[in-house]
Amino acid sequence: MKVASWKELGIAALIALLAALVPLVFDAYWLSVSVTAMMYIALCTSWALFSGPTHYISLATGAFFGIGGYLVGTGMSDYEVSFWVMAAISPIVATLLAALIGLATLRLSGVYFVIFTLGLAEMIRNLVSWIQNNFLGSRGLYVLTDFTESHIYWMLLIIACFVYLLGWLVARSRLGFALKIIGNDEAVAKHVGINTAMSKVILFMTTGFFAALVGAVIAPRYTYIEPNQVFSPELSFLVVIMALLGGAGRLWGPLVGVIPFTLIWEFVSIQAPNSTTLFLGVVFLLIVYVLPHGFVGRIEQLNKKLREGRS
Amino acid sequence: MRYSGSVLSVSGVTKRFGGLVAVDNLSFDVSEHEVMGIIGPNGSGKTTMLNMISGVFKPSMGVISMKGGRISDLPAQEIARRGVGRTFQLVRLLPTMSVLENVVAGAVFGHRRRWGREAEDQAHQMLERVGLEAMAFAPISSLTYIDQKRLELARVLAGDPEVLLLDEWLAGLNPTELETGIELIQDLRREGRTIILVEHVMDAIRSLCDRCVVMSSGVKIAEGTPDDVLSDREVIRAYLGDDDA
Repeated sequence: MKVASWKELGIAALIALLAALVPLVFDAYWLSVSVTAMMYIALCTSWALFSGPTHYISLATGAFFGIGGYLVGTGMSDYEVSFWVMAAISPIVATLLAALIGLATLRLSGVYFVIFTLGLAEMIRNLVSWIQNNFLGSRGLYVLTDFTESHIYWMLLIIACFVYLLGWLVARSRLGFALKIIGNDEAVAKHVGINTAMSKVILFMTTGFFAALVGAVIAPRYTYIEPNQVFSPELSFLVVIMALLGGAGRLWGPLVGVIPFTLIWEFVSIQAPNSTTLFLGVVFLLIVYVLPHGFVGRIEQLNKKLREGRS
Repeated sequence: MRYSGSVLSVSGVTKRFGGLVAVDNLSFDVSEHEVMGIIGPNGSGKTTMLNMISGVFKPSMGVISMKGGRISDLPAQEIARRGVGRTFQLVRLLPTMSVLENVVAGAVFGHRRRWGREAEDQAHQMLERVGLEAMAFAPISSLTYIDQKRLELARVLAGDPEVLLLDEWLAGLNPTELETGIELIQDLRREGRTIILVEHVMDAIRSLCDRCVVMSSGVKIAEGTPDDVLSDREVIRAYLGDDDA
Protein backbone atom coordinates (compact mmCIF):
# COMPACT_ATOMS: atom_id res chain seq x y z
CA MET A 1 0.00 0.00 0.00
CA LYS A 2 2.70 2.44 1.05
CA VAL A 3 5.01 1.43 -1.81
CA ALA A 4 2.21 1.73 -4.34
CA SER A 5 1.37 5.26 -3.27
CA TRP A 6 5.01 6.37 -3.52
CA LYS A 7 5.18 4.75 -6.92
CA GLU A 8 2.09 6.71 -7.93
CA LEU A 9 3.81 9.93 -6.90
CA GLY A 10 6.95 8.94 -8.79
CA ILE A 11 5.02 8.30 -11.99
CA ALA A 12 3.28 11.64 -11.58
CA ALA A 13 6.64 13.40 -11.19
CA LEU A 14 7.93 11.72 -14.33
CA ILE A 15 4.85 12.75 -16.31
CA ALA A 16 5.24 16.33 -15.02
CA LEU A 17 8.85 16.35 -16.15
CA LEU A 18 7.91 15.17 -19.63
CA ALA A 19 5.06 17.69 -19.72
CA ALA A 20 7.57 20.45 -18.94
CA LEU A 21 9.33 19.70 -22.24
CA VAL A 22 6.18 20.30 -24.31
CA PRO A 23 6.89 23.97 -25.19
CA LEU A 24 10.34 22.99 -26.48
CA VAL A 25 8.97 20.39 -28.85
CA PHE A 26 5.56 21.52 -30.03
CA ASP A 27 4.76 24.19 -32.62
CA ALA A 28 2.62 27.21 -31.84
CA TYR A 29 -0.69 25.52 -32.63
CA TRP A 30 -0.08 22.44 -30.49
CA LEU A 31 1.38 24.55 -27.72
CA SER A 32 -1.81 26.56 -27.64
CA VAL A 33 -3.83 23.33 -27.40
CA SER A 34 -1.50 22.21 -24.61
CA VAL A 35 -2.07 25.43 -22.66
CA THR A 36 -5.80 24.83 -22.81
CA ALA A 37 -5.34 21.21 -21.74
CA MET A 38 -3.04 22.18 -18.87
CA MET A 39 -5.53 24.78 -17.70
CA TYR A 40 -8.27 22.15 -17.54
CA ILE A 41 -5.99 19.62 -15.89
CA ALA A 42 -5.35 22.05 -13.04
CA LEU A 43 -9.03 23.05 -12.82
CA CYS A 44 -10.44 19.52 -13.02
CA THR A 45 -7.97 18.05 -10.55
CA SER A 46 -8.71 20.72 -8.00
CA TRP A 47 -12.45 20.40 -8.65
CA ALA A 48 -12.19 16.67 -8.00
CA LEU A 49 -10.43 17.25 -4.67
CA PHE A 50 -13.77 18.39 -3.29
CA SER A 51 -16.36 16.83 -5.57
CA GLY A 52 -14.64 13.46 -6.05
CA PRO A 53 -14.95 12.10 -2.53
CA THR A 54 -18.04 14.06 -1.42
CA HIS A 55 -20.09 13.72 -4.66
CA TYR A 56 -21.13 17.35 -4.32
CA ILE A 57 -21.19 18.60 -7.91
CA SER A 58 -20.10 22.22 -7.90
CA LEU A 59 -20.82 24.47 -10.87
CA ALA A 60 -19.11 27.45 -9.30
CA THR A 61 -15.72 26.90 -10.95
CA GLY A 62 -16.51 29.56 -13.54
CA ALA A 63 -17.12 32.10 -10.78
CA PHE A 64 -13.79 31.50 -9.06
CA PHE A 65 -11.93 31.31 -12.36
CA GLY A 66 -13.62 34.56 -13.36
CA ILE A 67 -12.58 36.29 -10.16
CA GLY A 68 -8.99 35.39 -10.96
CA GLY A 69 -9.13 36.71 -14.51
CA TYR A 70 -11.22 39.74 -13.72
CA LEU A 71 -9.16 40.90 -10.77
CA VAL A 72 -5.96 40.60 -12.77
CA GLY A 73 -7.63 42.56 -15.59
CA THR A 74 -9.07 45.33 -13.47
CA GLY A 75 -5.99 45.60 -11.28
CA MET A 76 -3.62 45.89 -14.20
CA SER A 77 -5.60 48.14 -16.52
CA ASP A 78 -7.48 50.38 -14.06
CA TYR A 79 -5.10 50.59 -11.12
CA GLU A 80 -1.75 49.74 -12.68
CA VAL A 81 -0.96 47.07 -10.15
CA SER A 82 1.52 44.45 -11.26
CA PHE A 83 0.39 41.07 -12.56
CA TRP A 84 2.10 39.24 -9.71
CA VAL A 85 0.35 41.21 -7.01
CA MET A 86 -3.05 40.64 -8.60
CA ALA A 87 -2.30 36.96 -9.19
CA ALA A 88 -1.57 36.69 -5.47
CA ILE A 89 -4.62 38.67 -4.31
CA SER A 90 -7.25 37.06 -6.50
CA PRO A 91 -7.00 33.50 -5.13
CA ILE A 92 -7.34 34.87 -1.62
CA VAL A 93 -10.48 36.76 -2.58
CA ALA A 94 -11.86 33.62 -4.20
CA THR A 95 -11.01 31.54 -1.14
CA LEU A 96 -12.90 33.93 1.10
CA LEU A 97 -15.86 33.86 -1.26
CA ALA A 98 -15.72 30.06 -1.30
CA ALA A 99 -15.82 30.06 2.48
CA LEU A 100 -18.96 32.21 2.44
CA ILE A 101 -20.61 30.05 -0.20
CA GLY A 102 -19.59 26.93 1.67
CA LEU A 103 -21.10 28.16 4.91
CA ALA A 104 -24.30 29.20 3.13
CA THR A 105 -24.75 25.91 1.31
CA LEU A 106 -23.94 23.52 4.12
CA ARG A 107 -27.50 22.40 4.48
CA LEU A 108 -27.98 21.84 0.77
CA SER A 109 -27.24 18.53 -0.80
CA GLY A 110 -27.70 16.76 -4.10
CA VAL A 111 -29.35 18.72 -6.87
CA TYR A 112 -30.00 21.76 -4.65
CA PHE A 113 -26.30 22.28 -4.18
CA VAL A 114 -25.72 21.98 -7.94
CA ILE A 115 -28.38 24.54 -8.79
CA PHE A 116 -27.26 26.90 -6.07
CA THR A 117 -23.66 26.96 -7.27
CA LEU A 118 -24.79 27.52 -10.86
CA GLY A 119 -27.09 30.36 -9.84
CA LEU A 120 -24.41 31.85 -7.70
CA ALA A 121 -21.86 31.84 -10.51
CA GLU A 122 -24.38 33.60 -12.76
CA MET A 123 -25.14 36.14 -10.07
CA ILE A 124 -21.48 36.99 -9.62
CA ARG A 125 -21.04 37.34 -13.36
CA ASN A 126 -23.96 39.73 -13.68
CA LEU A 127 -22.97 41.66 -10.59
CA VAL A 128 -19.44 42.21 -11.85
CA SER A 129 -20.69 43.21 -15.32
CA TRP A 130 -23.13 45.64 -13.78
CA ILE A 131 -20.53 47.23 -11.52
CA GLN A 132 -18.10 47.41 -14.41
CA ASN A 133 -20.62 49.04 -16.75
CA ASN A 134 -22.12 51.48 -14.28
CA PHE A 135 -19.27 52.56 -12.09
CA LEU A 136 -15.96 51.69 -13.62
CA GLY A 137 -16.63 53.08 -17.05
CA SER A 138 -14.80 50.91 -19.47
CA ARG A 139 -16.29 47.60 -20.44
CA GLY A 140 -13.21 45.65 -21.36
CA LEU A 141 -9.89 45.34 -19.61
CA TYR A 142 -6.40 44.95 -20.99
CA VAL A 143 -3.93 42.47 -19.58
CA LEU A 144 -0.62 43.32 -21.15
CA THR A 145 2.40 41.31 -20.07
CA ASP A 146 5.58 39.97 -21.60
CA PHE A 147 4.49 36.38 -21.09
CA THR A 148 4.64 34.00 -24.00
CA GLU A 149 2.44 30.93 -24.31
CA SER A 150 5.34 28.86 -23.00
CA HIS A 151 5.52 30.91 -19.79
CA ILE A 152 1.82 30.54 -19.23
CA TYR A 153 2.07 26.83 -19.91
CA TRP A 154 4.84 26.36 -17.37
CA MET A 155 3.02 28.36 -14.72
CA LEU A 156 -0.09 26.25 -15.24
CA LEU A 157 2.00 23.10 -15.04
CA ILE A 158 3.42 24.21 -11.70
CA ILE A 159 -0.08 24.90 -10.40
CA ALA A 160 -1.27 21.50 -11.64
CA CYS A 161 1.64 19.83 -9.85
CA PHE A 162 0.81 21.65 -6.63
CA VAL A 163 -2.83 20.59 -6.88
CA TYR A 164 -1.77 17.01 -7.46
CA LEU A 165 0.65 16.99 -4.57
CA LEU A 166 -1.93 18.55 -2.29
CA GLY A 167 -4.49 15.95 -3.37
CA TRP A 168 -1.97 13.21 -2.69
CA LEU A 169 -1.36 14.55 0.80
CA VAL A 170 -5.05 15.09 1.54
CA ALA A 171 -5.90 11.55 0.43
CA ARG A 172 -3.52 10.27 3.11
CA SER A 173 -4.75 12.54 5.85
CA ARG A 174 -7.60 12.41 8.32
CA LEU A 175 -9.29 15.12 6.26
CA GLY A 176 -9.25 12.95 3.14
CA PHE A 177 -10.59 9.98 5.06
CA ALA A 178 -13.31 12.18 6.55
CA LEU A 179 -14.39 13.34 3.08
CA LYS A 180 -14.59 9.76 1.89
CA ILE A 181 -16.88 8.93 4.79
CA ILE A 182 -18.98 12.03 4.10
CA GLY A 183 -19.38 10.90 0.49
CA ASN A 184 -20.57 7.51 1.69
CA ASP A 185 -23.01 8.61 4.37
CA GLU A 186 -23.10 12.03 5.94
CA ALA A 187 -25.17 10.89 8.92
CA VAL A 188 -22.59 8.23 9.77
CA ALA A 189 -19.83 10.79 9.29
CA LYS A 190 -21.37 13.05 11.93
CA HIS A 191 -21.95 10.19 14.32
CA VAL A 192 -18.38 8.97 14.21
CA GLY A 193 -17.33 12.46 15.23
CA ILE A 194 -16.49 14.23 11.99
CA ASN A 195 -17.10 17.94 11.73
CA THR A 196 -18.68 17.51 8.30
CA ALA A 197 -19.32 21.19 7.72
CA MET A 198 -15.73 22.17 8.42
CA SER A 199 -14.27 19.41 6.24
CA LYS A 200 -16.46 20.32 3.28
CA VAL A 201 -15.79 24.04 3.54
CA ILE A 202 -12.01 23.57 3.75
CA LEU A 203 -11.95 21.53 0.54
CA PHE A 204 -14.38 23.84 -1.22
CA MET A 205 -12.12 26.77 -0.35
CA THR A 206 -9.18 24.88 -1.80
CA THR A 207 -10.93 24.41 -5.14
CA GLY A 208 -11.90 28.07 -5.12
CA PHE A 209 -8.31 29.08 -4.47
CA PHE A 210 -6.89 27.08 -7.34
CA ALA A 211 -9.63 27.98 -9.82
CA ALA A 212 -8.93 31.67 -9.21
CA LEU A 213 -5.20 31.16 -9.46
CA VAL A 214 -5.63 29.42 -12.81
CA GLY A 215 -7.94 32.20 -13.96
CA ALA A 216 -5.35 34.79 -12.98
CA VAL A 217 -2.45 33.04 -14.66
CA ILE A 218 -4.31 32.43 -17.90
CA ALA A 219 -5.57 36.03 -18.13
CA PRO A 220 -2.49 37.35 -20.01
CA ARG A 221 -3.30 34.87 -22.76
CA TYR A 222 -6.50 36.68 -23.65
CA THR A 223 -4.95 40.21 -23.52
CA TYR A 224 -8.45 41.73 -23.59
CA ILE A 225 -10.91 40.68 -20.90
CA GLU A 226 -14.64 41.14 -20.56
CA PRO A 227 -16.43 40.01 -17.41
CA ASN A 228 -18.93 38.03 -19.49
CA GLN A 229 -16.14 36.12 -21.06
CA VAL A 230 -14.11 35.14 -18.00
CA PHE A 231 -17.13 34.31 -15.86
CA SER A 232 -18.27 31.83 -18.48
CA PRO A 233 -20.73 29.22 -17.18
CA GLU A 234 -19.57 26.96 -20.00
CA LEU A 235 -16.25 26.59 -18.22
CA SER A 236 -17.99 25.25 -15.11
CA PHE A 237 -19.75 22.60 -17.17
CA LEU A 238 -16.63 21.68 -19.10
CA VAL A 239 -14.70 21.14 -15.88
CA VAL A 240 -17.41 18.87 -14.50
CA ILE A 241 -17.69 16.87 -17.71
CA MET A 242 -13.97 16.38 -18.19
CA ALA A 243 -13.44 15.41 -14.57
CA LEU A 244 -16.32 12.92 -14.69
CA LEU A 245 -15.18 11.57 -18.04
CA GLY A 246 -11.81 10.72 -16.54
CA GLY A 247 -13.27 9.67 -13.22
CA ALA A 248 -13.36 11.85 -10.12
CA GLY A 249 -12.67 8.96 -7.78
CA ARG A 250 -8.93 8.95 -8.42
CA LEU A 251 -6.47 11.79 -8.31
CA TRP A 252 -5.20 11.02 -11.82
CA GLY A 253 -8.74 10.57 -13.16
CA PRO A 254 -9.26 14.12 -14.45
CA LEU A 255 -5.96 13.91 -16.32
CA VAL A 256 -7.10 10.99 -18.47
CA GLY A 257 -10.40 12.79 -19.07
CA VAL A 258 -8.99 16.18 -20.02
CA ILE A 259 -6.49 15.11 -22.67
CA PRO A 260 -8.79 13.18 -25.04
CA PHE A 261 -11.62 15.64 -24.42
CA THR A 262 -9.52 18.71 -25.24
CA LEU A 263 -8.21 17.10 -28.44
CA ILE A 264 -11.69 16.18 -29.65
CA TRP A 265 -13.09 19.52 -28.52
CA GLU A 266 -10.39 21.27 -30.52
CA PHE A 267 -11.18 19.14 -33.56
CA VAL A 268 -14.93 19.74 -33.27
CA SER A 269 -14.47 23.49 -32.77
CA ILE A 270 -12.52 23.74 -36.02
CA GLN A 271 -14.49 21.31 -38.15
CA ALA A 272 -17.98 22.07 -36.91
CA PRO A 273 -17.92 25.17 -34.69
CA ASN A 274 -21.70 25.12 -34.26
CA SER A 275 -21.75 21.58 -32.93
CA THR A 276 -19.70 22.04 -29.78
CA THR A 277 -22.78 22.03 -27.54
CA LEU A 278 -23.99 18.88 -29.29
CA PHE A 279 -20.64 17.28 -28.61
CA LEU A 280 -20.87 18.28 -24.96
CA GLY A 281 -24.29 16.63 -24.74
CA VAL A 282 -23.05 13.43 -26.38
CA VAL A 283 -20.13 13.20 -23.94
CA PHE A 284 -22.49 13.74 -21.05
CA LEU A 285 -24.74 10.91 -22.22
CA LEU A 286 -21.66 8.75 -22.69
CA ILE A 287 -20.65 9.34 -19.08
CA VAL A 288 -24.11 8.60 -17.73
CA TYR A 289 -24.76 5.45 -19.75
CA VAL A 290 -21.34 3.95 -20.47
CA LEU A 291 -18.80 5.42 -18.08
CA PRO A 292 -20.49 6.14 -14.75
CA HIS A 293 -17.10 6.05 -13.03
CA GLY A 294 -15.20 7.54 -15.95
CA PHE A 295 -12.22 6.06 -17.74
CA VAL A 296 -10.68 5.31 -14.36
CA GLY A 297 -13.61 3.10 -13.41
CA ARG A 298 -13.32 1.20 -16.68
CA ILE A 299 -9.55 0.80 -16.37
CA GLU A 300 -9.84 -0.51 -12.82
CA GLN A 301 -12.62 -2.87 -13.87
CA LEU A 302 -10.44 -4.27 -16.65
CA ASN A 303 -7.49 -4.57 -14.28
CA LYS A 304 -9.60 -6.52 -11.83
CA LYS A 305 -10.84 -8.85 -14.55
CA LEU A 306 -7.29 -9.47 -15.76
CA ARG A 307 -6.11 -10.25 -12.26
CA GLU A 308 -9.01 -12.59 -11.63
CA GLY A 309 -8.42 -14.27 -14.97
CA ARG A 310 -4.82 -14.93 -14.06
CA SER A 311 -5.36 -16.34 -10.60
CA MET B 1 -31.86 15.56 42.24
CA ARG B 2 -29.20 13.82 40.19
CA TYR B 3 -27.50 11.11 42.14
CA SER B 4 -23.79 10.71 41.70
CA GLY B 5 -22.67 8.10 39.22
CA SER B 6 -25.24 9.12 36.65
CA VAL B 7 -23.51 9.23 33.30
CA LEU B 8 -26.36 10.44 31.22
CA SER B 9 -29.38 12.30 32.42
CA VAL B 10 -32.45 13.33 30.51
CA SER B 11 -34.66 15.85 32.21
CA GLY B 12 -37.95 17.19 31.03
CA VAL B 13 -37.22 16.57 27.38
CA THR B 14 -39.94 17.30 24.84
CA LYS B 15 -39.76 17.03 21.07
CA ARG B 16 -42.41 18.49 18.80
CA PHE B 17 -42.66 18.01 15.07
CA GLY B 18 -45.17 20.66 14.08
CA GLY B 19 -48.31 19.73 16.02
CA LEU B 20 -47.11 16.24 16.87
CA VAL B 21 -45.54 15.74 20.27
CA ALA B 22 -43.21 12.78 19.71
CA VAL B 23 -41.61 12.89 23.13
CA ASP B 24 -43.43 14.54 26.00
CA ASN B 25 -41.60 15.77 29.10
CA LEU B 26 -39.44 12.70 29.53
CA SER B 27 -36.89 12.30 32.30
CA PHE B 28 -34.57 9.48 33.27
CA ASP B 29 -31.02 8.88 34.46
CA VAL B 30 -28.56 6.24 33.41
CA SER B 31 -25.80 5.37 35.80
CA GLU B 32 -22.40 4.03 34.98
CA HIS B 33 -22.17 0.36 33.89
CA GLU B 34 -25.92 0.21 33.65
CA VAL B 35 -27.85 -1.34 30.79
CA MET B 36 -31.05 0.50 30.34
CA GLY B 37 -33.85 -0.42 27.98
CA ILE B 38 -36.27 1.98 26.36
CA ILE B 39 -39.32 0.00 25.34
CA GLY B 40 -42.82 0.75 24.17
CA PRO B 41 -45.20 0.15 21.28
CA ASN B 42 -44.35 1.33 17.77
CA GLY B 43 -44.46 5.08 17.36
CA SER B 44 -44.10 5.77 21.06
CA GLY B 45 -41.08 8.01 20.53
CA LYS B 46 -38.22 5.67 21.46
CA THR B 47 -36.09 6.31 18.41
CA THR B 48 -36.82 10.04 18.61
CA MET B 49 -35.49 9.96 22.16
CA LEU B 50 -32.34 8.19 20.99
CA ASN B 51 -31.97 10.65 18.14
CA MET B 52 -32.04 13.52 20.60
CA ILE B 53 -29.35 11.94 22.76
CA SER B 54 -27.07 11.36 19.77
CA GLY B 55 -27.71 14.82 18.36
CA VAL B 56 -29.76 14.08 15.23
CA PHE B 57 -32.49 16.33 16.67
CA LYS B 58 -32.37 19.00 19.29
CA PRO B 59 -35.03 18.79 21.99
CA SER B 60 -37.78 21.41 21.75
CA MET B 61 -37.57 21.66 25.53
CA GLY B 62 -35.58 20.12 28.34
CA VAL B 63 -31.97 19.20 28.86
CA ILE B 64 -29.84 16.17 28.16
CA SER B 65 -26.54 16.11 29.97
CA MET B 66 -23.59 13.82 30.16
CA LYS B 67 -21.56 13.71 33.36
CA GLY B 68 -23.06 17.02 34.32
CA GLY B 69 -22.21 18.76 31.02
CA ARG B 70 -25.08 19.77 28.80
CA ILE B 71 -24.99 17.99 25.44
CA SER B 72 -28.45 18.70 24.08
CA ASP B 73 -27.38 21.86 22.26
CA LEU B 74 -24.29 20.32 20.66
CA PRO B 75 -24.03 19.03 17.08
CA ALA B 76 -23.92 15.26 16.56
CA GLN B 77 -20.17 15.11 15.93
CA GLU B 78 -19.45 16.91 19.20
CA ILE B 79 -21.69 14.51 21.12
CA ALA B 80 -19.90 11.59 19.46
CA ARG B 81 -16.56 13.04 20.56
CA ARG B 82 -17.81 13.35 24.12
CA GLY B 83 -18.26 9.59 24.06
CA VAL B 84 -21.76 8.75 22.84
CA GLY B 85 -21.76 6.08 20.14
CA ARG B 86 -24.80 4.71 18.36
CA THR B 87 -26.06 2.19 15.88
CA PHE B 88 -28.95 2.98 13.57
CA GLN B 89 -32.36 1.34 13.35
CA LEU B 90 -31.70 0.67 9.66
CA VAL B 91 -28.04 -0.37 9.46
CA ARG B 92 -25.84 2.34 8.01
CA LEU B 93 -22.52 1.27 6.55
CA LEU B 94 -20.03 2.91 4.21
CA PRO B 95 -20.61 0.94 0.99
CA THR B 96 -17.53 1.95 -1.02
CA MET B 97 -15.14 0.97 1.76
CA SER B 98 -13.90 -2.38 2.97
CA VAL B 99 -15.03 -3.96 6.23
CA LEU B 100 -11.83 -2.87 7.92
CA GLU B 101 -12.07 0.73 6.68
CA ASN B 102 -15.63 0.89 7.99
CA VAL B 103 -14.33 0.17 11.47
CA VAL B 104 -11.30 2.44 11.11
CA ALA B 105 -13.82 5.22 10.40
CA GLY B 106 -15.08 4.77 13.95
CA ALA B 107 -11.60 4.73 15.44
CA VAL B 108 -10.23 7.86 13.79
CA PHE B 109 -12.62 10.62 14.77
CA GLY B 110 -14.30 9.20 17.86
CA HIS B 111 -14.07 9.71 21.58
CA ARG B 112 -10.44 8.59 21.45
CA ARG B 113 -8.82 9.71 18.22
CA ARG B 114 -6.34 7.40 16.55
CA TRP B 115 -4.60 7.40 13.22
CA GLY B 116 -2.58 5.13 10.98
CA ARG B 117 -1.36 1.88 12.49
CA GLU B 118 -2.97 2.50 15.84
CA ALA B 119 -6.38 3.01 14.25
CA GLU B 120 -6.02 -0.14 12.17
CA ASP B 121 -4.96 -2.21 15.15
CA GLN B 122 -7.94 -0.92 17.06
CA ALA B 123 -10.21 -1.78 14.13
CA HIS B 124 -8.83 -5.33 13.91
CA GLN B 125 -9.41 -5.77 17.62
CA MET B 126 -12.99 -4.58 17.35
CA LEU B 127 -13.66 -6.87 14.40
CA GLU B 128 -12.36 -9.75 16.45
CA ARG B 129 -14.50 -8.58 19.31
CA VAL B 130 -17.69 -8.91 17.24
CA GLY B 131 -16.48 -12.04 15.46
CA LEU B 132 -15.92 -10.52 12.05
CA GLU B 133 -12.14 -10.59 11.79
CA ALA B 134 -12.19 -13.16 8.98
CA MET B 135 -14.07 -10.68 6.80
CA ALA B 136 -11.72 -7.72 7.40
CA PHE B 137 -10.81 -7.22 3.75
CA ALA B 138 -14.13 -8.23 2.21
CA PRO B 139 -16.38 -5.74 0.47
CA ILE B 140 -19.52 -4.63 2.29
CA SER B 141 -21.77 -6.25 -0.33
CA SER B 142 -20.64 -9.72 0.74
CA LEU B 143 -21.95 -9.39 4.30
CA THR B 144 -25.07 -11.11 5.63
CA TYR B 145 -27.56 -9.10 7.68
CA ILE B 146 -26.20 -10.11 11.07
CA ASP B 147 -22.68 -9.42 9.85
CA GLN B 148 -23.73 -5.94 8.75
CA LYS B 149 -25.11 -5.36 12.24
CA ARG B 150 -21.90 -6.69 13.75
CA LEU B 151 -19.87 -4.40 11.57
CA GLU B 152 -21.89 -1.37 12.59
CA LEU B 153 -21.38 -2.31 16.22
CA ALA B 154 -17.64 -2.73 15.65
CA ARG B 155 -17.48 0.74 14.12
CA VAL B 156 -19.22 2.24 17.13
CA LEU B 157 -17.03 0.33 19.60
CA ALA B 158 -13.90 1.45 17.78
CA GLY B 159 -14.50 4.99 19.03
CA ASP B 160 -14.40 3.82 22.67
CA PRO B 161 -17.80 5.26 23.53
CA GLU B 162 -18.67 5.73 27.17
CA VAL B 163 -22.34 5.46 26.40
CA LEU B 164 -23.56 3.07 23.75
CA LEU B 165 -26.93 3.60 22.10
CA LEU B 166 -28.35 0.56 20.32
CA ASP B 167 -31.43 1.21 18.24
CA GLU B 168 -33.22 -2.12 17.71
CA TRP B 169 -29.92 -3.79 17.20
CA LEU B 170 -31.53 -7.23 17.58
CA ALA B 171 -34.47 -6.62 15.26
CA GLY B 172 -34.79 -8.72 12.12
CA LEU B 173 -32.44 -11.48 13.24
CA ASN B 174 -33.39 -15.14 12.97
CA PRO B 175 -33.43 -17.24 16.20
CA THR B 176 -29.82 -18.45 15.92
CA GLU B 177 -28.56 -14.98 15.03
CA LEU B 178 -30.59 -13.57 17.89
CA GLU B 179 -28.81 -15.85 20.31
CA THR B 180 -25.44 -14.72 18.99
CA GLY B 181 -26.57 -11.12 19.16
CA ILE B 182 -27.75 -11.34 22.75
CA GLU B 183 -24.50 -13.01 23.76
CA LEU B 184 -22.55 -10.21 22.16
CA ILE B 185 -24.44 -7.55 24.12
CA GLN B 186 -24.11 -9.70 27.27
CA ASP B 187 -20.36 -9.52 26.74
CA LEU B 188 -20.43 -5.75 26.40
CA ARG B 189 -22.48 -5.61 29.55
CA ARG B 190 -19.93 -7.73 31.37
CA GLU B 191 -17.23 -5.33 30.25
CA GLY B 192 -19.10 -2.75 32.25
CA ARG B 193 -20.25 -0.51 29.43
CA THR B 194 -23.10 1.89 29.83
CA ILE B 195 -25.73 0.96 27.29
CA ILE B 196 -29.10 2.34 26.34
CA LEU B 197 -31.02 0.04 24.08
CA VAL B 198 -34.28 0.47 22.28
CA GLU B 199 -35.68 -2.96 21.76
CA HIS B 200 -38.78 -4.99 20.98
CA VAL B 201 -37.40 -8.45 21.67
CA MET B 202 -38.72 -9.20 25.17
CA ASP B 203 -36.32 -12.08 25.87
CA ALA B 204 -33.43 -9.77 25.21
CA ILE B 205 -34.85 -7.09 27.45
CA ARG B 206 -35.32 -9.53 30.34
CA SER B 207 -31.84 -10.96 30.07
CA LEU B 208 -29.95 -7.76 29.30
CA CYS B 209 -31.50 -4.77 31.01
CA ASP B 210 -30.99 -3.64 34.57
CA ARG B 211 -33.76 -1.15 34.23
CA CYS B 212 -36.37 -0.15 31.67
CA VAL B 213 -38.22 2.98 30.76
CA VAL B 214 -41.53 2.28 29.08
CA MET B 215 -42.86 4.87 26.67
CA SER B 216 -46.27 5.20 25.15
CA SER B 217 -47.30 8.08 22.88
CA GLY B 218 -44.20 9.99 23.89
CA VAL B 219 -44.85 9.76 27.63
CA LYS B 220 -43.01 7.67 30.20
CA ILE B 221 -45.58 5.30 31.65
CA ALA B 222 -43.33 3.12 33.78
CA GLU B 223 -39.77 2.71 34.97
CA GLY B 224 -38.13 -0.13 36.88
CA THR B 225 -36.67 -3.60 36.49
CA PRO B 226 -37.82 -5.50 33.40
CA ASP B 227 -39.94 -7.93 35.45
CA ASP B 228 -41.67 -5.12 37.28
CA VAL B 229 -42.47 -2.99 34.28
CA LEU B 230 -43.55 -5.89 32.11
CA SER B 231 -46.17 -6.91 34.66
CA ASP B 232 -47.36 -3.33 35.15
CA ARG B 233 -51.06 -2.93 34.19
CA GLU B 234 -50.42 0.36 32.45
CA VAL B 235 -47.68 -1.19 30.33
CA ILE B 236 -49.76 -4.21 29.37
CA ARG B 237 -52.59 -1.88 28.40
CA ALA B 238 -50.24 0.16 26.19
CA TYR B 239 -49.06 -2.93 24.40
CA LEU B 240 -52.21 -5.02 24.21
CA GLY B 241 -55.12 -2.65 24.64
CA ASP B 242 -57.78 -2.30 27.35
CA ASP B 243 -59.43 -5.72 27.13
CA ASP B 244 -56.41 -7.69 28.17
CA ALA B 245 -55.32 -5.51 31.03
